[in-house]
Amino acid sequence: MSKAQLTYFYYKLVNRPHLVLGSICLLILGFLVLTPLLEIIKDSLSVQSYDIAYLPEANIGEFTLFHYERVFTGPLSKALLINPLLNSIGIGICVTLIGVSIGTILAWLIVRTNIRYKGFFGTLAVVPYMMPSWVLALAWLSLFKNDRIGGAEGIFTYFFGILPPNWISYGFFPIVVCLSLHYYAYGYLLMSGALASVDSELEDAGAICGMNRRQRMLRITIPLLLPALGSAIVLTFIRILGTFGTPALLGLPVRFYTFSTQIYASLNASNNGDAYVLALVLIATAITCIWINGRVLGVRKSFVTLTGKGFRSREIDLGAWRWVATSGVALFLAATVFLPLMILLWESLLIVPGDYHLENFTLEYWIGDGSIDETYGEPGVFQSDNILSSLWNSIKLGLSAAFFNGIIGLLVGYAVVRGRGHLLSKWLEGVAFAPYIFPSIAFGAIYIGMFSTSWGPVPALYGTFTILVLITVVKNLPFTSRTGIAAMLQIDKSLEETARVQGIRWIKRMVRIVIPLSFSGLVSGMLLTFITAMRELSLIILLISPSNMVLTGLLFNYNEQDMSQHAGAVTLLLTVIIITGSILARMVSGGFGLSALKNG
Amino acid sequence: MEQIKLRGIKKSYGKEMAVQDVDLTVNPGDFLTILGPSGCGKTTILRVIAGLEEPDEGEIQFGDRIVFSRKQGVIIPPENRNVGFIFQSYALWPHMTVEQNVTLALKEKKLSSAEVESRLKNSLEMVQLETYRKRYPSELSGGQQQRVAVSRLIALQSKILLMDEPLSNLDAKLRTEMRAELKRLHRELEATTVYVTHDQTEALTLSDIVVVMNNGLVMQSGTPYDIYHHPDNIFVAEFIGDPQINFFKGQIVEKNGQLHLDCQEIVFPMKNRSSSNSRKVIATVRPENIDVSFQEQKDWFKVTLKSVQPTGANTILQVKLGTTKITLLQPEFIRMKLGEPLWVSFDPESLNFFDEETGKNLHL
Repeated sequence: MSKAQLTYFYYKLVNRPHLVLGSICLLILGFLVLTPLLEIIKDSLSVQSYDIAYLPEANIGEFTLFHYERVFTGPLSKALLINPLLNSIGIGICVTLIGVSIGTILAWLIVRTNIRYKGFFGTLAVVPYMMPSWVLALAWLSLFKNDRIGGAEGIFTYFFGILPPNWISYGFFPIVVCLSLHYYAYGYLLMSGALASVDSELEDAGAICGMNRRQRMLRITIPLLLPALGSAIVLTFIRILGTFGTPALLGLPVRFYTFSTQIYASLNASNNGDAYVLALVLIATAITCIWINGRVLGVRKSFVTLTGKGFRSREIDLGAWRWVATSGVALFLAATVFLPLMILLWESLLIVPGDYHLENFTLEYWIGDGSIDETYGEPGVFQSDNILSSLWNSIKLGLSAAFFNGIIGLLVGYAVVRGRGHLLSKWLEGVAFAPYIFPSIAFGAIYIGMFSTSWGPVPALYGTFTILVLITVVKNLPFTSRTGIAAMLQIDKSLEETARVQGIRWIKRMVRIVIPLSFSGLVSGMLLTFITAMRELSLIILLISPSNMVLTGLLFNYNEQDMSQHAGAVTLLLTVIIITGSILARMVSGGFGLSALKNG
Repeated sequence: MEQIKLRGIKKSYGKEMAVQDVDLTVNPGDFLTILGPSGCGKTTILRVIAGLEEPDEGEIQFGDRIVFSRKQGVIIPPENRNVGFIFQSYALWPHMTVEQNVTLALKEKKLSSAEVESRLKNSLEMVQLETYRKRYPSELSGGQQQRVAVSRLIALQSKILLMDEPLSNLDAKLRTEMRAELKRLHRELEATTVYVTHDQTEALTLSDIVVVMNNGLVMQSGTPYDIYHHPDNIFVAEFIGDPQINFFKGQIVEKNGQLHLDCQEIVFPMKNRSSSNSRKVIATVRPENIDVSFQEQKDWFKVTLKSVQPTGANTILQVKLGTTKITLLQPEFIRMKLGEPLWVSFDPESLNFFDEETGKNLHL
């Protein structure tokens, strides 16, 4: 290369900070996202220490198809793969159908009709999304627990004296109900956004062409909503495949396994090979779903767009049904939002579980010092070092994840938007989205495999707080990078170029122009990461140990040990913190955060 | 005052050639306008001069200073070129007040606070915005925002000003006003200016030199007078002028020792200097250069009125001569009924003749 060419190359490098940044981000994220995948593929194909019992002649690390044979063709296949897979898919389909339907109906009522208290309902409908998904499962247990697994019976038995049958207390049915009542909020978020952006004039145009109401609905509104509906279905389905808390609470006591709890069980039995194969199957399923969604509906995504001027949304008059609909929605929201929390509060106030008399009430589980026998010798929530240190860990986790996600969101957004048109920009966007397709539990499994021993320059991280932060940051990447990209897209290139021409250097441009202008978007993104990190269980359940215990993990332990008062109290505490955080997020960003949720 | 010199500038985006081999010299203190339809490469040229894009080939010089040369490996980044640039969107930083918008770059240059203050005061005075210092851009009208962008440019005291369609976001009345203001500003600042627009009125009113571009090539470069009256090629003839110039396709024939252009329904006499091979030729004539009579005139062409569009001071008339459509422009408010007859005549002096194949002006 001649000197002139070298100068030119150097100039290009120095004067395209987004390319430099993008390359660095791509390298780091590629390492954090793609190498784990390669790692578990490798591990699933080699002999693990657990396998020596079955393969006495083999050496650890040798190539083997043992795990695949075990999972796919062996006699255990039915228990390891087929049943959990069928359970997961069954739950996924039922929950998606019920949840998305409820969410869509709710969105339609709130966005398009003259139902009362829209603002209040709109806010309330999103609350389940902010609560940890297993709150409902805990409340369900309190309501319908039977004597099957010991411990006290639930409220239902107490009042009616009848033991609910097993299918009501545990397994498929309650899991579907609890998850549906949680995930409808997700469907609501996606559909209300889409519904709000369908111009009523398009429907009016149909009316002018002589279509009746039903035809307008079938021919105009629904086709316009299809893309949003498609993504709502696929995204909900993938999330449910990876969800762990609810199926664990309601399924494990009766040995009802879903894919995620089966992976958890395999890893708990240190049978890593099987767990990795199962995780790979789960990832493959998720990718297939996204691919199908993209193929079937991808082209039409441009349908639902804001038209800017001339946009009008007309409310449909429900007439006499208005009050029916209003009370129906009010009842439904009360049952899904307030009822579970009330039940958990009640549960946390009982001296002896299962006895719901007023005389049996106590505040010991909240403020007691653990000296009386009824509290299992555990101090109350506000007295327990264990709980307080976990709470502190949770908050620390939320804050650090939010901090790092904010920075990465900014940098990835900058690199992707400024580099539009370059291959690098596309790759970076792709890599940042990749964690979405890893179901949470599988992602946790991958990170155990990857960071249990030192890996190149990275020391062994298992059991450390760092690994919790790392996995939370990476898992939230798809969401954060989208927030970052959206924030950057709002900053016209010329705002930076004009600074450049005026002689302002890159660092200064970032500090004075790019960061201040994207700030509100970034902050709301960070607060949402905080919330997600605080309520996360599926992702980190495999990675927590007494040394890095967080509130959600502690809660899971309490429940496993049937300490329902503590479980209730801790859940309430967590929910209160998360909802406070959300309100804060809303106030700071003026609703931006909630609209950004839809992309998450 | 500084000269800007571009030599052999080429720039492509992927397969698409945005600029193909452009040479351009802007004399010190000149106001040069690059005019062309969208996608002709005019904005690319401006961005290349500012350094926001690097050309694939060529050399750029400001005065004696080479700011870009692929061959010599010289590239001065835009931060160090010291040019003023006005963007179409004004590019005001929305989170900063007028004052901060103007002074950010000055403070970056580590000027003394007295100097910053005096430049701020001076530049705001020049655009009559002294009282708006603490306002945010969103609290200003479009015209005021434009002025802030201008005052930011003044404060930097660049010797070269680049403007990318700065008036296109303003309404018609404000545009006329700002046009006059930009012209005054250019005189006062004595800066070499390159102005990009697709609006020919702006180009003709503002410029010392107009450069017409199409498909990444310079079609013609000259004074507004030359561009309007002596277009080098059919593209420039067609692009400049509103209402559009009239075209007549025909063949050159000799009749009684005199050359004529025979367009079947009309035959144009030619001034006839050079003898020309009988070729396919296009004659053009501007609507205002066609003589019109409302009474019958001997040897004039009789035409029928098809549409009347008075614009106040002028009236655009569409007439038909057989099947040939002709546009006329009369400097008065005309009220006539459609279908009435008119008589028109063409002054050979005002006709331009172009080769139909090459589109070049034949200068006949």
